[in-house]
Formats: sequence, structure tokens, C-alpha cells
Amino acid sequence: MTAAIAIEGLEVVFDRFRALKGVSLEVGEGQSYGLVGESGSGKSTLLRAITGLVPIDSGTITVNGKRLGKTRDKAFYRDVQMVFQDPYGSLHPRQTVDRLLQEPLAIHGIADGEKRIERALDEVGLGNGFRFRYAHQLSGGQRQRVAIARALILEPSILLLDEPTSALDASVQAEVLNLLEEVRRRRKLTFLMVSHDLAIITHMCERLMVMQNGEAVETLTASQLIGHRVSEDYTRNLLRASEGFVRTA
Amino acid sequence: MSDTLLEVDDLRVTFPTRTGLVQAVRGVSFSLGRERLGIVGESGSGKSQTGRAIMGLTPPQAEVSARKLAFDGMDLLSISPRERRALRGNRIAMILQDPKYSLDPVMTIGRQIVETLRTHEKVSKAEARERALAMLQAVQIRDPARVFDLYPHEVSGGMGQRAMIAMMLITGPELMIADEPTSALDVTVQLDVLKILDKLVAERGMGLIFISHDLRLVSSFCDRVVVMYAGKVVEQIKASDLRDAQHPYTRGLLNCMPRIGFERHPLPVLDRKPEWAA
Repeated sequence: MTAAIAIEGLEVVFDRFRALKGVSLEVGEGQSYGLVGESGSGKSTLLRAITGLVPIDSGTITVNGKRLGKTRDKAFYRDVQMVFQDPYGSLHPRQTVDRLLQEPLAIHGIADGEKRIERALDEVGLGNGFRFRYAHQLSGGQRQRVAIARALILEPSILLLDEPTSALDASVQAEVLNLLEEVRRRRKLTFLMVSHDLAIITHMCERLMVMQNGEAVETLTASQLIGHRVSEDYTRNLLRASEGFVRTA
Repeated sequence: MSDTLLEVDDLRVTFPTRTGLVQAVRGVSFSLGRERLGIVGESGSGKSQTGRAIMGLTPPQAEVSARKLAFDGMDLLSISPRERRALRGNRIAMILQDPKYSLDPVMTIGRQIVETLRTHEKVSKAEARERALAMLQAVQIRDPARVFDLYPHEVSGGMGQRAMIAMMLITGPELMIADEPTSALDVTVQLDVLKILDKLVAERGMGLIFISHDLRLVSSFCDRVVVMYAGKVVEQIKASDLRDAQHPYTRGLLNCMPRIGFERHPLPVLDRKPEWAA
């Protein structure tokens, strides 16, 4: 299997703070890979480093066999798309859904926009009725669907997901997770997903990396985690914490 | 369960909007002894407005009505604002979600705790400081003297929430309302804070209302759970009986979260019925 994303010794430094301390990982084509950790562990920074939203200090990132330089070309952004955490912040409040979906098409000079918008909305279960609404007329779950439609409209092969459901209610979260799984199956996408919730990551991903303070704690398969076959105390703590509150007599 | 501390009967909170009146809370009833009660619901279910109405923190434009809203035999809706204020922070206290926003950013943590205490009790400055330090110790802050002089932005989220709990407990309240006290915190810190809260509530024999969107967390922490949907109580159930919940909404909420070791693809989703909100 070829690697869709390969990262070697990635370092990101903000002033004197080392947000990522030499992290390496490899995501195979069509795989779903999870990054788990608490706030400040560097999991979001890693995604942002791939897209070029934060500068890289050292290390290499290779996407679909091409090593990324300082700037990324248009083809990269066509191939790699991102869905952000907060759909209340990531959609332009004064643009209609239609306008939001036009934007990536205009940037990449794609002609059959009309058809693509219809299909993208259909695919995320919104339908054409939502096309001329504003973000504030939508619920949180619907907004996140629009954000996913916007990511899919360029037909990328890799989707970067940064806590895509943590701003949503539990029942809406289930709907969005189901949608993401379905889209991945249909389009054979590669996922790199960040979450603080171990249960979500084991549900969505085949492999995962536990991160703490900008470093990889350990790399596991989902079944290893489910079987509690973990070797680091930190992972064990996270597992225990995700099982809820236990009263000690 | 001991004597009743709080009685809520047919509580309603109505907001005037441009398109007419919106009832955020529509006839909520429950009673609370010296126990831990969870109120669970999704955003917009009215769980927070229920807590705020009990606390007396409903926004002024909204209207609160109830057949009965009584704390320790006192009718909360008929007493004067002054009496209500004397109750707030003294016999009834509230912990809010995010210490980043609910603590005063330009006041040291120590001063905020001392202020709460001296508002409700006549104590000397020196004694207030002593008690604040002791309280910080009680919420397991390792170096209370140092944290006393820190500003909220200088401490972590978990530490800030502990300071908040210390501030709320220093007057020895009988009823504590905790509105999503741990949802802004990391999972491991979350458990530490809950452990502290649990211990102090048990030691002091307080009544606790724990408001949260996380049904599983609430059921592991509380004795009893009230499930709200669209401003109404759809089910009241003992936390230990939650597995046998009757209402499809409660069951749906329990089921729709991914769980480690239970593979379900796709996840079951809630099929919302209009009659739930009726």
C-alpha cells in the first residue's frame, strides 16, 4: 500500500514553544487514521501543518508521493481538504450556502459548478432547498453538513477532520459521523481525524496515535485499543477516563 | 433521601421574541432532597434555563412562572430581589461551565473568594483569607498561598474550575447547581474535578443539581436523572435503572454515542417524534 500521507520528524515551534517535537506517522491510501490527545497535545497543530496553516520548522511531509515545500500548489488544495471544529465559525455568516460552495469552484476554475453543487448538497443529505439559505438559518448539524459539502465539492482524496463533531449534540454527532463514514466508503477517501474522544476515534479509525505535549505516546490499531492492549500509562489513563466517573467507596 | 430541599412544580420560562413568545421551559416539575440530581438534555432543551430560574438568574426580559418554586419552604417567586440576592451565593450556589469566562479576569482568585465570603458573612479580612486558603486546600490545590494571588488567566482550566468550586462552597451552601461544570475540561482533568465535587457534596450533605448534555457522565455521577426535551421533562429515572429507560428519547441518547468495544456501523440515530415535544 502506498502512503497517502507520510510525515517524518515534524517540528513546529511557536516563538520558543515546541508544539510538535519530531512526530512521524504514515497513513495508507484509503485508510482512516486518528489522532487522540488532550488540549495542547499538538494534534490540531499537526493537521494545520499539513495544510500549511502553521509554518514547519523541520521534518518532511509527503502527500500522495509528493514532498511538500514551503508553499503548496493549487493541486494540493484540490486533493486535500479540511473540515473544522466549529461550524459556527467556519462558515461565512453573510454568504448563502450556494455562495459558500461556489468559492472553491471559482478558485480552481471548475466549470460544471451547477451540477457539482447539487450533487454535493445531495450527498450530505441537505437537498436543494438549503441552497439559498444563510448559515444562521441552519442548525449546528446542518452547518457541519455544509462544511463537509464544501470540502467534498473539489473531489479530494484526503480529508483532514479537526474535531468535526465536538460542537454538536450527541444525537447530531451520530448523524454526522455516519455521514462521514458513508462518504468515505463511497469515495474511497483517506481520513486523518483529530479528536479528544477515544470512543469516536476507535469508532471511525483503523489506526490511531495517542499524543501528549507535542509527542507521540504510542501508535495503536483500533482493535488493540478496544482489547485494552496498550503499553503506555497515559493511554491507560485516557481509556479509564473515557469510561466515565467511578465512585470510590 | 431526607427532607425536601427544593420543590419545583410546573416551572415555565417564557422569552419574548420578534416572532412571539417562546417557552424555553414548559412545565417542569421535580423535587430535590439532599441528593445528586442530574438534568440532561440537548442544547435548547431548557436544562440551563431551569437551573437559572432556580438561581434567580433568568434574563430580565423573560418571565418565570410556577405553581410552586420553593427552597427550604421559602417561595422563591414571591420574596424580594434583596432576599433573593442574600440567598444567591450563600445558601444556593452555582458553578458555571467555563472558568475562563465565569471568573473575573481582573481580580486575583483569592480576592474573588474572599469577596464572596465577606458579602454573606461578617468576618475579618484575616479570617476570610484563612478560610479561603483552607477552601483552596479542600479542592486539592497543592500550593494555595501561591494560587490565592494568581489571576484566572494564569491558571489552567482544571485549576480555574477548582477555584470556582472553592468560591461556591466557601459559604457552605445547602443547594449547589452545577451547569456543565466539566465540559470545558480535558477528560482526565474532568474526573479529578468530579471527584472533588463528589467528595465535598457528600461530606457537607448538600443537594446537587448537575446539568449536562452527557447522559452517560451524569448517570455515573448522580442518584437520579431528569431527562428534558424541548422544555419538558420526558422522563425521571434512578440513575441505576437507566438501562431500563422507557422513553425512546432517553434510550436514543444513550445509544447514539460511540462506545469503545461496541462496534456499530452506522450508529443508531434519533428519530425525533413530534409528539415528544407535545
